[in-house]
Amino acid sequence: MAQDAAGQGAQSRFHVPAPPARPGEAPDFSAYSFQKAGEAKRPDPLIDGARTSDLAHGLVGVLDHNHQAVGEWDPRLSPEVLREGLSHMVLTRIYDDRMLKLQRQGKMSFYMKSAGEEAVSVAAAMALNKTDMVFPSYRQQGILIARGRNIVDMMCHCISNSRDNLKGRQLPVHYTWKEGGFFSVSGNLGTQFPQAVGYAMGCAYKGEDSIAASWIGDGTTAEVDFHSALVLASTYRAPVILNVVNNQWAISMFSGISRGEASNFAMRGLGYGIASIRVDANDFLAVYAATRWAAERARKGGGPTFFEMVTYRKDAHSTSDDPGKYRPKEEGAQWPLGDPIDRLKNHLIGLGEWDEDRHAALEREMTAYVTKAYKEAESHGTLHDGPLSPTETIFEDLYDKPDWRLIRQRRDLGV
Amino acid sequence: MPAMNMLQSLNSAMDVLLERDGDVVIFGEDVGYFGGVFGATAGLQKKYGLDRVFDAPINESAIVAMAIGMAAKGLRPVAEIQFSDYIFPGIDQIVSELSRIRYRSADQFRTPVVVRTPSGGGIRGGQTHSMSPEAFFTHVPGVQVVIPSTPYDAKGLLIAATESDDPVIFFEPKRIYNGPFDGKPDAPLKSWAKHPKGEVPEGHYTVEIGKAEIVREGQACTVVTYGTLVHVAEAAAEASGIDAEIIDLKTLAPYDIETIAASVHKTGRVVVAHEAPRTSGFGAELAAQIQEECFYALETPIFRLTGWDTPYPHAHEWAYFPGQERFIRALKTVTEA
Repeated sequence: MAQDAAGQGAQSRFHVPAPPARPGEAPDFSAYSFQKAGEAKRPDPLIDGARTSDLAHGLVGVLDHNHQAVGEWDPRLSPEVLREGLSHMVLTRIYDDRMLKLQRQGKMSFYMKSAGEEAVSVAAAMALNKTDMVFPSYRQQGILIARGRNIVDMMCHCISNSRDNLKGRQLPVHYTWKEGGFFSVSGNLGTQFPQAVGYAMGCAYKGEDSIAASWIGDGTTAEVDFHSALVLASTYRAPVILNVVNNQWAISMFSGISRGEASNFAMRGLGYGIASIRVDANDFLAVYAATRWAAERARKGGGPTFFEMVTYRKDAHSTSDDPGKYRPKEEGAQWPLGDPIDRLKNHLIGLGEWDEDRHAALEREMTAYVTKAYKEAESHGTLHDGPLSPTETIFEDLYDKPDWRLIRQRRDLGV
Repeated sequence: MPAMNMLQSLNSAMDVLLERDGDVVIFGEDVGYFGGVFGATAGLQKKYGLDRVFDAPINESAIVAMAIGMAAKGLRPVAEIQFSDYIFPGIDQIVSELSRIRYRSADQFRTPVVVRTPSGGGIRGGQTHSMSPEAFFTHVPGVQVVIPSTPYDAKGLLIAATESDDPVIFFEPKRIYNGPFDGKPDAPLKSWAKHPKGEVPEGHYTVEIGKAEIVREGQACTVVTYGTLVHVAEAAAEASGIDAEIIDLKTLAPYDIETIAASVHKTGRVVVAHEAPRTSGFGAELAAQIQEECFYALETPIFRLTGWDTPYPHAHEWAYFPGQERFIRALKTVTEA
């Protein structure tokens, strides 16, 4: 029997992984090793997907520790575009903060922030065409903001009032905005991932130039829908971008619960023959450049791209959990890839295209904008005090024509 | 009109759909080159090309999800789940997604998907190729559930299902793909050629979803059933001489309560019948609704004739299947009480 010295008495042991640190312990990121910004090569977007192993194991980054843009992936965006991205990210964060406060005041039932992950959504939305359909999870509100949705409408949805475009049927942040190419957010995790592939296949079937993109979290990679999406995307070479937003935490479970023994999530795509790339997702320029690369690949017939967007969830999963109960409080501040807003802001300052005063003015402007928008939203009602969508709307939008069951049940309810 | 069996009429329906609407696509396990394990899609890939009729990976969840995405883009997917016993990996995509996307998006997105799937036993399929899982789906707001019992209805209903914007779960009683079945396992196979509804027009027509049909008029009792058991009920009525009125529901969600109630008010005696297990089967819904509508017209308790609360057995298949003998006993029970 083969057995080395260390294997004396070796036997199978029941194993459950645990994070390196829990509350009261020092944050520990020693297991993380990230390729330096600028080091990753940028291959032709039509590269054979199976040959992206270096990119799956590495990390596409553009902004270095001095906040300068370096390397082949630098998308060379104009200062105007960078300022636009910064502005969308700042608005997203301020919007989230305001909505969280309103939830605490009882103005809405539930809320989910995207703090620390703003670049994931905003940079991708800016890199995609507006006609590209996105199949988001519940943490991509930055896409709506970058695509110019009226934040009054977003708020009306969150407070489920009479102007909620979803007639009060969905939990807050489970937005739908067809006009802006934003698919209906589910809540059953991962279901949108293979749907996005089907949609992308539909675009190709119709001979259109548009593509689809989808986002799930690291925990959701364990769902069957993850495998379904990658199989479909691979089999049918669909023009789709599949993003796993690895924000390190699935409510209270560290990413190792879904990642297992693997060193990262990006390499999972390689087994399907899909171009697979790990991206520093707190780097606006890296997310933008990577998404542009994948979109070009998809539009030119190169097929799908699978991204691991590496980031950190700075706040709670939702208003229903307290992260202080399951992870060290200081972990977010020590996250090695920093904060996406700070990094883009410092980059612009380094270029001489921004300064602290302008940034403070932007924050004041956005705060005032959000406050004013909420006043307007509230004028259309709140979940608590109404007015809501008319009660009879609960019986609408199920079928082409309501059948006798719905007609009778509506009568039974007396509406 | 040509005589067709149910597989040929389903094939004809898909042929018509593919011909008329370039947005119709058909896919599933083995449905492409091979034409499906039962042959329902035979020849369609050759006629319409690889882009329109194609094979899908063996992943029912992926098949439904792909159909949802395509439908959201404006296609009209007709997806096949090879056996309805295999539909469960796809149930989250049906129950949580397909049925609700129109509702939860407040009609911004519609997903007009048809899921075709062979169901029912009597083919020596054992527990994994014989299920009748229709009741699960009747419990899901936002999908319609259809089960034809003849070639004519199968074609007309499948065309109607595909042309409607409503998602439809379309069960095909595979025991009667090749001929009606009288519920006597040893009897020689009958052909659809001799059945009036084995006559099927070549071209386009629809059969209304949500509308039942009285396939045998009678005075003694009402039989409410669907799929294979429609034919068993007819044979049982003939063999026993009991003047049963037999209703073929064709659609379970929404079922045609008007036709049922009118018949029960006339006869006062009811058998509801299905192959699926008894507890929480669709017969339970029918019995509950019938007593609400017709309580004072009922002369006897409603009789539920069903499969047993067991998995579908292999060797003892005919002890499970509600065949002609059990059907006759049911008719006698309600009419002699």
